[in-house]
Amino acid sequence: MSNDNTHWHRSLIEPKAGLMAVLTTVFISVGGLVEILPMFTASAGNQADLLEQIHPYTPLEVAGRDIYTREGCYVCHSQMVRPFRDETLRYGVWSRSEEYVWDRPFLLGSRRIGPDLHRVGGKYPDAWHYEHMRDPRSTSPGSVMPPYQWLHESKVDTEDIRASVVALSRVGTPYTQDEIDHVPDLMKEQGTVIVQHLADAGITAEWDDEIVALTSYLQRLGRDRKATLATAGGAQ
Amino acid sequence: MSSAVATAPGGTSDRPYDDAIVKKFILATMLWAVVGMTVGVWIALELAWWPANMGIPYFTFGRLRPLHTNAVIFAFGGNIVFTSMYYSMQRLLKVRMWSDFLSSFHFWGWQGIIVAAAVTLPLGLTQSKEYAELIWPIDLAIAVVFLAGALNFAMTIANRKVKHLYVAIWFYMSFLITIPVLHVFNSLAIPATLTRSYPVYSGMTDALVQWWYGHNAVGFFLTTPFLGMMYYYLPRASGRPVFSYRLSIVHFWALVFLYIWAGPHHLLYSALPDWAQTLGMVFSIMLIAPSWGGMLNGLLTLRGAWDRVRTDPILKFMVVAVSFYGMSTFEGPMMSIRAVSALSHYTNWVIGHVHSGALGWVGMISFAILYWLTPRVWNRKLYSESLATTHFWLATIGIVIYTVTMWGAGLTEGLMWRAVDDGGQLAYPVFMDIVNRLSPFYWLRFLGGLMYLTGALMMAFNLIRTITGTEPHAQPEAVPAK
Repeated sequence: MSNDNTHWHRSLIEPKAGLMAVLTTVFISVGGLVEILPMFTASAGNQADLLEQIHPYTPLEVAGRDIYTREGCYVCHSQMVRPFRDETLRYGVWSRSEEYVWDRPFLLGSRRIGPDLHRVGGKYPDAWHYEHMRDPRSTSPGSVMPPYQWLHESKVDTEDIRASVVALSRVGTPYTQDEIDHVPDLMKEQGTVIVQHLADAGITAEWDDEIVALTSYLQRLGRDRKATLATAGGAQ
Repeated sequence: MSSAVATAPGGTSDRPYDDAIVKKFILATMLWAVVGMTVGVWIALELAWWPANMGIPYFTFGRLRPLHTNAVIFAFGGNIVFTSMYYSMQRLLKVRMWSDFLSSFHFWGWQGIIVAAAVTLPLGLTQSKEYAELIWPIDLAIAVVFLAGALNFAMTIANRKVKHLYVAIWFYMSFLITIPVLHVFNSLAIPATLTRSYPVYSGMTDALVQWWYGHNAVGFFLTTPFLGMMYYYLPRASGRPVFSYRLSIVHFWALVFLYIWAGPHHLLYSALPDWAQTLGMVFSIMLIAPSWGGMLNGLLTLRGAWDRVRTDPILKFMVVAVSFYGMSTFEGPMMSIRAVSALSHYTNWVIGHVHSGALGWVGMISFAILYWLTPRVWNRKLYSESLATTHFWLATIGIVIYTVTMWGAGLTEGLMWRAVDDGGQLAYPVFMDIVNRLSPFYWLRFLGGLMYLTGALMMAFNLIRTITGTEPHAQPEAVPAK
C-alpha cells in the first residue's frame, strides 16, 4: 500500500480535519432532510379537514395518556393496526396517519408482547379495564402482564394535568382558554361518568383515581375513526 | 497504514499521554456492563415468569426495559467507546488530550447522566421515545456533556502531531458529529413540568423523527465508533496491518451517507407515507455493501494471524464480533424488505436481531478491547487467560441460544397471528393462546442471557484481579512492519 500517498484524497481530504468534518456533516444531512422535511408540508395541508374528525384528548384523557407513558404500556402494546387481513380481523380497521395528529409523543410501539390497542376503545366495559389492571389474569387467563394495583390507589393531580394541557396547547393542540381554565371541572365531569359505569358493575371508585384517567384514555383509542366509519356507512 | 498504529513512546515528556482517564472509563464500563446486563436478564425473567415484576411499580417490565436499553447502549456502550477513543486518539494523533479538565468533566458528567437515568426511569419519568426516554433536563445535560467531550477531541485533533488522519479517526468523528444532531432534533420539546415535556412534532412526523434518531443511534452510536475501534484495536491485537485502505475509504463514506436514510424501515406498513417507507427499505438494502465492506476489511486484516485465533482469547472475541457484525448487517436489510417486515415486525425476531448485533458485535469487541487495554494501561499481567477463554465460550454459546430462541419465538408468534383457517377466520383468535406458546422460548432466552451475564461477571473478576495484581504486563508485541 506504499502508493497510497499518490491518491488525491490522501492529500486533499484526509489530512484536513475541518474538511472531513464538513463533508461528514453534509453526508449525514441529506437523507434526513429528504425524508423528514416533506412531512411538515404534507401534514400542514391535511390538517384543515381533519380537525373535525379527530378530537384532541380531553384533560382526563391527557392524564390517562401520561399514565400510559409513565408505566411504559407502549413497551408491550402497539397502537398501529397494519392493513392486513389478519390484523383487521383481530383488531379492527387499519390505522391512518390522521388519527395520530394530536399524539404527542407518538405511541405506536415496536413490540406486541400483548395485543395492539389502537382499536381497544369501546371494546370492553370500563369495569373490564378496572379489573384487568388490578389482576390481568382475572380477565385474560394466561396473561404475562404485571398487576397495576397502584393505579387504583393513586390520585391524579389536576394542577399537574393543567400544566400538561398548557404545554400541549403551546405546541399546537387547539384547546380553548375556557378548557384550560376549567381543567379540574372537565376532568371531574368525564371521570364521574366512568365512576358511574363502575358503580353499575359494583365497583367503588372516585373520579380522580388514576385508573379512571387511564380507562378514559383507553376507551378513547380508535373511537373517532369508528365514528367516522359509522357515519360513512362503513365504507372505506 | 500500520505506521499510524504504531506504539508511541507516550507523548512528549512534558505532556505524556493521559491514561488516567482511560482507566476511569474502563472501570465505569465494567460496572455498567454488569448493571445493564443484569437488568436485561431480570426483565427476560419477567416475561417468562411475571411475578418477577414483584408487584412494585419501579420494577415492572414497562419501566425496566428502557433502563436496560439505556444502560447497555449509553452506559456500557458509551463508556467503552470513550475508553477506546481516549486511549487510541492520543496515540494516533501523537499528542495528549487537549484539556484534562474537559476529559474529567466528560467522564463525571457522563456517569452523572447514567445515574440520573437509573433513578428517573424506574420512577416512570420518561419521554417514551425508544433510546431517547430521558426527561428534558437530562437531555440538556447530555447535549452539554457530549459536546464538551467532542470539543476536547476536536481540539486534540487540531493539535495533532500527525498530519494524516487514520481511518479510525474518521469513524470517531462521524460519531461525534452525528450524535448531537440526532439527539437535539429528536428531543425538541416543550416542558410542561420539570419532569415532563411534549415533543414539537406530532403523530407520524414524531414517529419518523424518532426512528431517524433510533436507527441512527444504532448506526452512529453502536456502529461507526465501534468500526473505528475495530480499525485501531484489531491491527494492534493481531499485529497485522489493515487489509485494504481503499476499502476503508469507500465503505466509510458509503456508510455515513446511506445509514441516515434507513430509519423508516421501522415503520413499514404503518401510516407513514409510502414513499418514505420505500426509501427506508431501499437504503437499508444498500447498506449491506458498506457494512460488509467493514466486516471483510476486519476479517481479512487477520490474514496470516489465523493460527493465533486458536490460542488468543482476545482475537477469538474479535473474530466472533466481526462475524456477528456481518451477520446482523445482513439480517437487518432482509428484515427491512416489506414482505419480511410484515412477518417480523412487532415480534421477538426483532429482539433477536438487535441482540445479535448488541451482544455479538458490540459486546464481544468491547470485551476484546477491555482484555487488551487493561493489562496495558495498568501495566499488569492479565490475571487468567483461561478464564478469559471460558468467558468467550460462555458468551458465544449464550448469544447463539439467545438469537436462535428469539428467531423461534418471533416466527411462532408472527405465523400464529396471521394464521387463518379454511373459513377465512383467525386460526388463533385468542391472543393469550399465542402468548402462552412463547413461554419455553422466554425461558431459553433467559438462560442464554444468564450465560452472557455470567461471562461478563467473570471478566469483571478477571480484570479486577489483573489491576490488583503485581506482575507487570509483558512488553508490547513487535509492531508490524510497514
